[in-house]
Amino acid sequence: MLRTTLLLLCLPLAGAGATEEPTQESGSLGEPPPGLALFRWQWHEVEAPYLVALWILVASLAKIASRVQAGLLDFLLFGSLISAVDPVAVLAVFEEVHVNETLFIIVFGESLLNDAVTVVLYKVCNSFVEMGSANVQATDYMKGVASLFVVSLGGAAVGLVFAFLLALTTRFTKRVRIIEPLLVFLLAYAAYLTAEMASLSAILAVTMCGLGCKKYVEANISHKSRTAVKYTMKTLASCAETVIFMLLGISAVDSSKWAWDSGLVLGTLFFILFFRALGVVLQTWVLNQFRLVPLDKIDQVVMSYGGLRGAVAFALVILLDRTKVPAKDYFVATTIVVVFFTVIVQGLTIKPLVKWLKVKRSEHHKPTLNQELHEHTFDHILAAVEDVVGHHGYHYWRDRWEQFDKKYLSQLLMRRSAYRIRDQIWDVYYRLNIRDAISFVDQGGHVLSSTGLTLPSMPSRNSMAETSVTNLLRESGSGACLDLQVIDTVRSGRDREDAVMHHLLCGGLYKPRRRYKASCGRHFISEDAQERQDKEVFQQNMKRRLESFKSTKHNICFTKNKPRTRKAGHKKKDGMANAEATLEKPRDLGFQDTAAVILTVESEEEEESDSSETEKEDDEGIIFVARATSEVLQEGKISGSFEVCPSPRIIPPSPTCAEKELPWKSGQGDLAVYVSSETTKIVPVDMQTGWNQSISSLESLASPPCTQAPTLTCLPPHPLGIEEPQVPLDLSADPRSSFAFPPSLAKAGRSRSESSADLPQQQELQPLMGHKDHTHLSPGTANSHWCIQFNRGGRL
Amino acid sequence: MGPRSSHIALIPDVDQIRNETGFSEASLLRLYGRFQTLDRNKKGFLSRTDLQQIGALAVNPLGDRIIDSFFLDGSQQVDFAGFARVLAHFRPVDEEEAATRDPKDPEPLNSRMNKLRFAFQLYDLDRDGKISRNEMLQVLRLMVGVQVTDEQLESITDRTVQEADEDGDGAVSFLEFTKSLEKMNIEQKMSIRILK
Repeated sequence: MLRTTLLLLCLPLAGAGATEEPTQESGSLGEPPPGLALFRWQWHEVEAPYLVALWILVASLAKIASRVQAGLLDFLLFGSLISAVDPVAVLAVFEEVHVNETLFIIVFGESLLNDAVTVVLYKVCNSFVEMGSANVQATDYMKGVASLFVVSLGGAAVGLVFAFLLALTTRFTKRVRIIEPLLVFLLAYAAYLTAEMASLSAILAVTMCGLGCKKYVEANISHKSRTAVKYTMKTLASCAETVIFMLLGISAVDSSKWAWDSGLVLGTLFFILFFRALGVVLQTWVLNQFRLVPLDKIDQVVMSYGGLRGAVAFALVILLDRTKVPAKDYFVATTIVVVFFTVIVQGLTIKPLVKWLKVKRSEHHKPTLNQELHEHTFDHILAAVEDVVGHHGYHYWRDRWEQFDKKYLSQLLMRRSAYRIRDQIWDVYYRLNIRDAISFVDQGGHVLSSTGLTLPSMPSRNSMAETSVTNLLRESGSGACLDLQVIDTVRSGRDREDAVMHHLLCGGLYKPRRRYKASCGRHFISEDAQERQDKEVFQQNMKRRLESFKSTKHNICFTKNKPRTRKAGHKKKDGMANAEATLEKPRDLGFQDTAAVILTVESEEEEESDSSETEKEDDEGIIFVARATSEVLQEGKISGSFEVCPSPRIIPPSPTCAEKELPWKSGQGDLAVYVSSETTKIVPVDMQTGWNQSISSLESLASPPCTQAPTLTCLPPHPLGIEEPQVPLDLSADPRSSFAFPPSLAKAGRSRSESSADLPQQQELQPLMGHKDHTHLSPGTANSHWCIQFNRGGRL
Repeated sequence: MGPRSSHIALIPDVDQIRNETGFSEASLLRLYGRFQTLDRNKKGFLSRTDLQQIGALAVNPLGDRIIDSFFLDGSQQVDFAGFARVLAHFRPVDEEEAATRDPKDPEPLNSRMNKLRFAFQLYDLDRDGKISRNEMLQVLRLMVGVQVTDEQLESITDRTVQEADEDGDGAVSFLEFTKSLEKMNIEQKMSIRILK
């Protein structure tokens, strides 16, 4: 085959030479050389014999070089498997290079769809080889061509069917979130298997399944499922790719599997480069007739150079049947060399090439509302103008598709709540706000509120998802990509949302110190115009939101925050609970503002219908956030068994040394306290029943109070001591500590009991002190030593 | 492209139109054909109702504004020259033509500035040279889906105006508008290939 090719190439040369001869002779007659020439170019005299000799030489060289015995069909088979561009290799390389999107889509799309063509061609040629070249008839060729279309379109159709199924099922998985990743994997794999079963293009099926269902599934499944799917897929893909390249490497070393033939190898290498370039040029010329922005030379160079062969070719060549294709070993060797060459040489050099040719890179710029808005407007404008012109172009069809999608598909396939909030402009706005909130908190910025609260600056942003790390890297200008296969998710809104929650609530719970903004701190970035503008924007937005969200309409949304915050520990629960409690009594608390800030971000996104009820019930304990004074306590809620301890009064003692260490308790003097003392003196009405309950439970010695008493929230006692120091009857909160206290607070409680040892009723306390390292009070002591520390953290 | 006009000379003032708009002969023929198709009563000009007959334009949120942009200065009819002039804004930018252009000539209708100016006019309904907050709000209301509440829409509007507004007057002037879109590839986004 190689021989014949070379021969064919030489023929035109020989032919040209033959025809030139007569004309040369006539033309050269009347030109005697001037003087005595030492050297003359006598081409025309030796032309004919020269060419003939060359011809024979090349033919014999080819004969020497190539020992491969293979017919036309075998070479066609080999050609079909070696010419396909491999999506894995292309993806790996282009991800690092960051060329502009058009180019990336062209090359990557080609490699994806190539699989169908390769597989079809391979199968067709394989069956031809098996039938034997003598038996192949003209109809078989037609059937081959037809099967190309059947296989690719059929595979795509199978994929779309499964995409539809997948989107439909994920719409209903709200209550069983855990099966969502499983669904995705299984249905995608089922698409693959079904296509294989019907001998259609399985790869195309899986691709179309992913393409078709992405939009709906992404909206329907939970954030965690999304992460699970993404990273599992990446891991699996990585493993599979590694295994196959290992196999490649091992086969390369194991010389029993291949046989070297220099002619074939060199010829193949040269021809794949040459013919790929040729194909690209021809097809781009055709395509450019229909493109608004033509593909220029540089794009074509990148496209032809970026055609890497990879594992698919290798897998296919290994599968050849040696009895049917005797030249298999030569083919294997050639494939190995080709794959190595393209991946290593071309893969390594494409990045410098792209830089040298100054290919347009992909721009990653920050999303702005203006751009998003105007992009949409332009789309509509163009669709309208296309209508006026009467031309059904790209925008027209795109508009039609989007309308169809909005009216029918999205309603059918997307969960109702997700469907309602899906809007691109809104997404950008949302993301921008989250970004502002995070950057604000990070810089220790001031939340503009009438109380002049400061939020403590958060030390690190480690809790943010790694998508933002990649973003950070990108924004800082480095070209490094942490993970070759990380593709940023579109919706990082949820991660950020969680992070904001975490940060702001952390800050919200503890009493913040007033921080002096360091002129140069580790996290302090000097302000410039952009920062100032961002801040201003943020502040104004916050102000506006505060006004709008003080209405009770949003109170119901608060409870939805609980499941999210629960994971961060009980501290947050308390914080949220406090938020709820305080918001029920509208007061000018800075704390309230903070809570409102937190919650606005959340509530806009939340589903309003189902989740709130169940989650509300789960978390809602009765939260005591009142402060009882002596009068109240004595008001008849105390029964006889309390003689042991005459007056359960609450009295927050002056902070002990241990307490002073607690971060939120230091720096108290400057803090403006916004809990007015009156409010704390009264046990709220709805809590009186709880109070009664707890008192009555003390009477029964049978059970420790913790099981019957409602959940107490015990926050650090108010430092601006209000009452006279009386016996703080420490329940020591020990039973409570298991579910309401962070451990440090429990310590604080215990230390309180220590400090109160010097107070008059010492004897009552002593047994308690003996129990100070117990986490449960024994029933005997419980009822007598009760200090219900109802403290509301005034400033959170 | 209609059977009625196959010769370029049938179009009135064809040379002047060609100079102004820069369309090729083929495109002009096609546009003239379309103009005649839209002009049902063969009046020689288009009125608003003619344009509103185009079905797809009715469902387009910006359809009305586009139609209005054809009728300059309150007139109720547009002739072929005006029709072509508006559509010339969407002609793809030809690189060579831009390079060889004489800088003293007025900018061609499909230059980036003119494209932006056309888009700006679609926002600025009262033609005062600025997009006020209200105008932005109206556009956003058209663009954003119905699922967003009014308050949220107001916040978005404020944010949008703030982003673009540099001199702090609460409205977006043409220069600020241009600046906010400097990263966008307007030449590509606002061009229709068929009008080359």
